[in-house]
Amino acid sequence: MNNSVFFGALTVAGLAAGAAAAGTLDDVKARDQLNCGVSTGLVGFSAPNANGEWEGFDIAVCRAVAAAVLGDPNKVEYVPTTGKTRFTALASGEIDMLARNTTWTFSRDVDLKFEFAGVNYYDGQGFMIPKELGVSSAKELDFATVCIQTGTTTELNLADFFRANNITYEPVPIETNAEARQQYLANACDVYTTDASGLAATRATFDDPGNHVILPEIISKEPLGPLVRHGDNEWGDVVRWTLNALVGAEELGITSANLAEKAAGTENPEINRLLGTEGNLGEMLGLDADWAQNALSAGGNYGEIFAKNIGEDTPVGLARGLNAQWTDGGLLYAPPFR
Amino acid sequence: MSTLSDPPKQSFRLSMLIYDTRYRSATIQVVAMIGFLILVGWVISNTVQNLTDLGKEPSFSFLSEPAGYDINQRLLDYDNQDSHMRAALIGLLNTLLVAFLGCITATVLGVIIGVLRLSSNWLVARLMTVYVEMFRNVPVLLWIVFIMAIMIETLPAPSAFRGDNSDAAMHVMDSVALTNRGVYVPEPLFHNSLGNVSVFGDAAVRFDISLDLIAFLIVLGGSLFVSTKIRQWADAKQESTGLRPTIWHIRAAVVLLPSVLLLLVLGFHLGYPELKGFNFQGGTHMRNSLIALWLALSLYTAAFIAEIVRSGILAISQGQTEAAAALGLRPKRIMNLVILPQALRVIIPPLISNYLNLTKNSSLAIAVGYMDLTGTLMGITMNQTGRELETVMLGMLVYLTISLLISSFMNWYNNRVKLVER
Repeated sequence: MNNSVFFGALTVAGLAAGAAAAGTLDDVKARDQLNCGVSTGLVGFSAPNANGEWEGFDIAVCRAVAAAVLGDPNKVEYVPTTGKTRFTALASGEIDMLARNTTWTFSRDVDLKFEFAGVNYYDGQGFMIPKELGVSSAKELDFATVCIQTGTTTELNLADFFRANNITYEPVPIETNAEARQQYLANACDVYTTDASGLAATRATFDDPGNHVILPEIISKEPLGPLVRHGDNEWGDVVRWTLNALVGAEELGITSANLAEKAAGTENPEINRLLGTEGNLGEMLGLDADWAQNALSAGGNYGEIFAKNIGEDTPVGLARGLNAQWTDGGLLYAPPFR
Repeated sequence: MSTLSDPPKQSFRLSMLIYDTRYRSATIQVVAMIGFLILVGWVISNTVQNLTDLGKEPSFSFLSEPAGYDINQRLLDYDNQDSHMRAALIGLLNTLLVAFLGCITATVLGVIIGVLRLSSNWLVARLMTVYVEMFRNVPVLLWIVFIMAIMIETLPAPSAFRGDNSDAAMHVMDSVALTNRGVYVPEPLFHNSLGNVSVFGDAAVRFDISLDLIAFLIVLGGSLFVSTKIRQWADAKQESTGLRPTIWHIRAAVVLLPSVLLLLVLGFHLGYPELKGFNFQGGTHMRNSLIALWLALSLYTAAFIAEIVRSGILAISQGQTEAAAALGLRPKRIMNLVILPQALRVIIPPLISNYLNLTKNSSLAIAVGYMDLTGTLMGITMNQTGRELETVMLGMLVYLTISLLISSFMNWYNNRVKLVER
């Protein structure tokens, strides 16, 4: 009996590994649907709204890719994954791409055999703590109880930070952001640590966001971005250049308002190449010539997506900071479209 | 004259493997076995091939790399620079701890509830029925999460204990603190401790043995041995003279005095939990994840054990009770001396599978963030190293080993208590 379970598991793993080797772009086209792995719920990044439709900053990437490949941003099946299940879901072929505030690290890229398509949010790990505790620096957190999502880079950063500062802590491992929120609000942990953007998004859902502070220390670099499986370069290119199209469009001044006008043809040859009125970039990707137009019509350029979901006018209220265009002193820099 | 004819010589022909009923079943079994082995071989080689194509050749070398993460509940020393192997061992011990506590609590509760359910007191019997139906008909995961939620939401946070006019107070002469981060109880400490002995040096399985504990156990064991000898002496005396000497005070003194004396020599005292900074410090911290998991598993399994105990008792014929009553035994003694010893042989076999279930159910620990084997080896380690197949296989192997060990121990016990037939 135990033997058959064991071999059953082997079979499943074997079949899954076999499925992963096929061309993902063709699979997605044949299925006429994109399977996109997202988080189980983080307001502003990926969460279902009151109508049960997923929306957010990471969701916008899924929608743009679906629009570029299939011509319709709504042809996406969202697969909620936890910090623990996401990589298995991607490696097994259950999802085509993962857009779930996932940090680009060496070992994930090289050892876990994934391909990061780029960075859609430059983040860092921070700490959130109730104001009444009067803590002003993370170095004062000796012996604090820290809520932390298990299976993330934050776990390792946290261990490193406390070791480097020679202070101790009590980790409380938690599966999802919702559980962390519950424990933090019940004061079962003093501090909640995750990416600073995630902290801001979680704080936005509190009844009294003003009573919680995010400490100034950012203890890590967390470049978050969408990722795909290793070894399928065509599909990797599609996701990478869809993301670049969103970023490049902002730099080139293409917005959802003037998209139709620019698509009719402009003086700027790069805009023409991007929108498909000149050259054959779409064909090189194995997509239609108007792939970038479709991607941009899904939710606008990077700046519009940012402002709508997590920008300063939203409850999450994040400043562009590092995520501004390179021309504005940020890190966003799309390679040239030629 | 009689002639003896030799039986006809039979030569073996290949076709006999199929047509001769003496060989046929063996042939079929051999063929089936070969087919099964080929299937197994194909599955394994296919898996290895596919993983290799993905660039992830099966390998267990990750076990010796530094884990990099911290674990809150550690029965042995561990820090984040220890290996994944060590982290898995810490997780395994946490699994064993909660399984051990759970099995004992579930058995005690289950026996009491099972017996009470047969009580002639209408109210008690019905209450126990309600308990059994309530606990065994709701998935254990929900009980775990429910108890955890109750602890987090209803118990005060450590900060509520702060100040002179605090909202919350400690219990039992200010020595026990019930908080929503767990229960803090006093811990035994020694002024003149004998220290520890380290075993296995720097290996992943290293551990320390407290010499205080060893000394205490030796003294206690010795005095219990002497106490038994005294009882045997009293028994012999009673048999030869008919008078039993009063020995209870001697036995009590023999058991208690040496242990108390040893504790005094070692400078025994209690370390009380104290609110310092963010949390209570000092004392023993039983995290609410452990308590929630332990309670939920015990209460849930107790409902099943209660039913097993009840069935065991009902299996003993009513005549036994009546015969014992006719001898003048009281109901309590009938239960202890006549019914339960006989019921045990019916109870033990299904009890084994409930212990196994409890142990395996403890893998739901991650729902409340209890770092058991599933949380460390098959949780964080799997996630950080990306070795899904290897970690899950190792985990399955460990659970299999634990289950087989429990099962063989219980089978040994079952053989001991089962009815000796002549």
